[in-house]
Amino acid sequence: MSLLATLRIALRALRVNKLRSALTMLGIIIGVAAVITMISVGRGAQARVEEQIKSLGSNLMIVVPGSTTAGGVRLGAGAVQTLTEDDAWALQREVEEVQVAAPSLRGGAQIVAANANWSTVIQGVTPEYLEAREWPVVAGRGFEPQEVTGAGAKVALIGQTTARQLFGDADPVDQEVRIKQVPFTIVGVLDRKGQSMIGQDQDDVVLVPLATARNRILGTAQGSTLRRVATISVKVRSGADMKVAEEKVRELLRQRHRLQPGQDDDFTIRNLSEILAAQETSSRILTLLLAAVASVSLVVGGIGIMNIMLVSVTERTREIGLRMAVGARGRDILTQFLVEAVVLSLVGGFVGIVLGVAGSFAVGSLAGWRTELSSAAILLAATFAAAVGIFFGFYPARKASRLSPIEALRYE
Amino acid sequence: MPAPLIETRDLAKTYRMGDQTVAALRAVSVAIDAGEFVAVMGPSGSGKSTFMNLIGCLDTPSGGSYRLAGEEVSHLSADALAAIRNRRIGFVFQQFNLLARTSALDNVELPLLYAGVPAQERHERARRRLAQVGLEDRAHHLPSQLSGGQQQRVAIARALANDPLLMLADEPTGALDTRTSFELMALFQSLNRDGMTVVIVTHEPDIARFARRVVGFRDGRVVEDRPIEPEDAAARLAALPEPAAA
Repeated sequence: MSLLATLRIALRALRVNKLRSALTMLGIIIGVAAVITMISVGRGAQARVEEQIKSLGSNLMIVVPGSTTAGGVRLGAGAVQTLTEDDAWALQREVEEVQVAAPSLRGGAQIVAANANWSTVIQGVTPEYLEAREWPVVAGRGFEPQEVTGAGAKVALIGQTTARQLFGDADPVDQEVRIKQVPFTIVGVLDRKGQSMIGQDQDDVVLVPLATARNRILGTAQGSTLRRVATISVKVRSGADMKVAEEKVRELLRQRHRLQPGQDDDFTIRNLSEILAAQETSSRILTLLLAAVASVSLVVGGIGIMNIMLVSVTERTREIGLRMAVGARGRDILTQFLVEAVVLSLVGGFVGIVLGVAGSFAVGSLAGWRTELSSAAILLAATFAAAVGIFFGFYPARKASRLSPIEALRYE
Repeated sequence: MPAPLIETRDLAKTYRMGDQTVAALRAVSVAIDAGEFVAVMGPSGSGKSTFMNLIGCLDTPSGGSYRLAGEEVSHLSADALAAIRNRRIGFVFQQFNLLARTSALDNVELPLLYAGVPAQERHERARRRLAQVGLEDRAHHLPSQLSGGQQQRVAIARALANDPLLMLADEPTGALDTRTSFELMALFQSLNRDGMTVVIVTHEPDIARFARRVVGFRDGRVVEDRPIEPEDAAARLAALPEPAAA
């Protein structure tokens, strides 16, 4: 018997018990919808973390001043700026794993354009900073070497948010702004970075040359002859071991700061990439976990199909007997019931996909979570639904195909 | 002389019921030629239904041999038996056994479906068979929309669908009133006159009277096998008083 004819018989049998078929499918529908929605929620979380990693720059460590002890008094982290620009250059020169070490200063300031003003973060940086953060300039140019040496030029790079606040849609390049009464020329606009791990807008920033920041904006308290800096962003060469690099950086800094063995570090190394990698792993596990929980409902749906198919086989024993009497072979009966189960699960799977896609959009817009639909998840759910149909449909179908025709015909 | 259509030799069937063995059929040897009209009779438990199941290839014997159209079929596989039932035997049952919620035409097509006949030819042949039993205008009716007699005629059309060698009818009139029973027997007689071999199982002497040969069973053995002069069902039908107008 052709598959098409079998399919028609299956569809007719399913139509006869519309409500029952619908309820049976419900298990599969919920299962497939749950798998798709959960995976898209999980992948959304994953994508967020991946984006943060990208915005941070890969293989990045950040060295910040740690606590110091002065005469038995332990001062909090950052109370004394223990890092210097020379520390950064030393790291870059002497630790082979380090690709760049970028010193930077940071402070807040009111910035004034022609007819607008905006309070933002001012960072004093060197060109290496943009390399370490993998932060390209999308309009204009970056800092020239001569602009960051000596006293520093009065040039600035502007973040996307600050640019919009000050200039709206106008092109900020070559515009003049004043930071703490000092006029600066904007030479470039930075690419969009998005939010940081802790939700800060990384685009709300103005970058100026490190020397300029020290001399003209952030004051002498942070300056002095030692050329202290607030942070050193260290980018490790790709392929190098972050742990090894971190140890070498620590060793060199301890040596440069003349710390005795047993003495606490006067700086802290934050290996952000590692934190993010851990977060990525956990969000991937979250995705798997959600998918696993959702799959359980698919399996439960499959058991529902098996249950109904068993009832159906018992109910239609006489029909099976008659089909056998007029010439159906065992395998014809087996195919018939199997096709019925697979049609149930496939139709359920299809409805489930539609609901799952709708569900992930609903979660995205109602809960405000980021969701990411994946065609792989849809394919997986559909395949799984069909497999569930075959797997759970097989036992009842085989039971039907093994009936003896006379016993089936006599069945009341 | 050609070989008989049905030839059983010492055909036996035993069932196990718990630790007891029950012999339903003991050494039955019967030969039925093509074109015969045989009524198999006997009280319940006589073995007539078991005999019917065996010659219908619905069941396999425990002993003896059964040749259908010269071919030994007692040891065939389940699939081979299914093929024989499909091509060579047409069944008519007491309870009609039509598929519910399935049109008369689709019911008649069922054996053709399992024979792998293409859709177009299937429709045509099924239509012809329905016309043969006088139901061409009911092709798209569901069994629930047909009377008992009409349903049984659909079942006969289904039995005829694949041009079988043999029609087996198990108590075909058991669920019908007298008038409809006679109508049905007239149909069987007309099929038989056209050359179809018909074997009906019945416990009603009134029905067996329309056959040309009676085989009586008792306790698993043939106790009677004689030709009879058949009554004409059409004539009996004409003699019945007209049904009271409803």
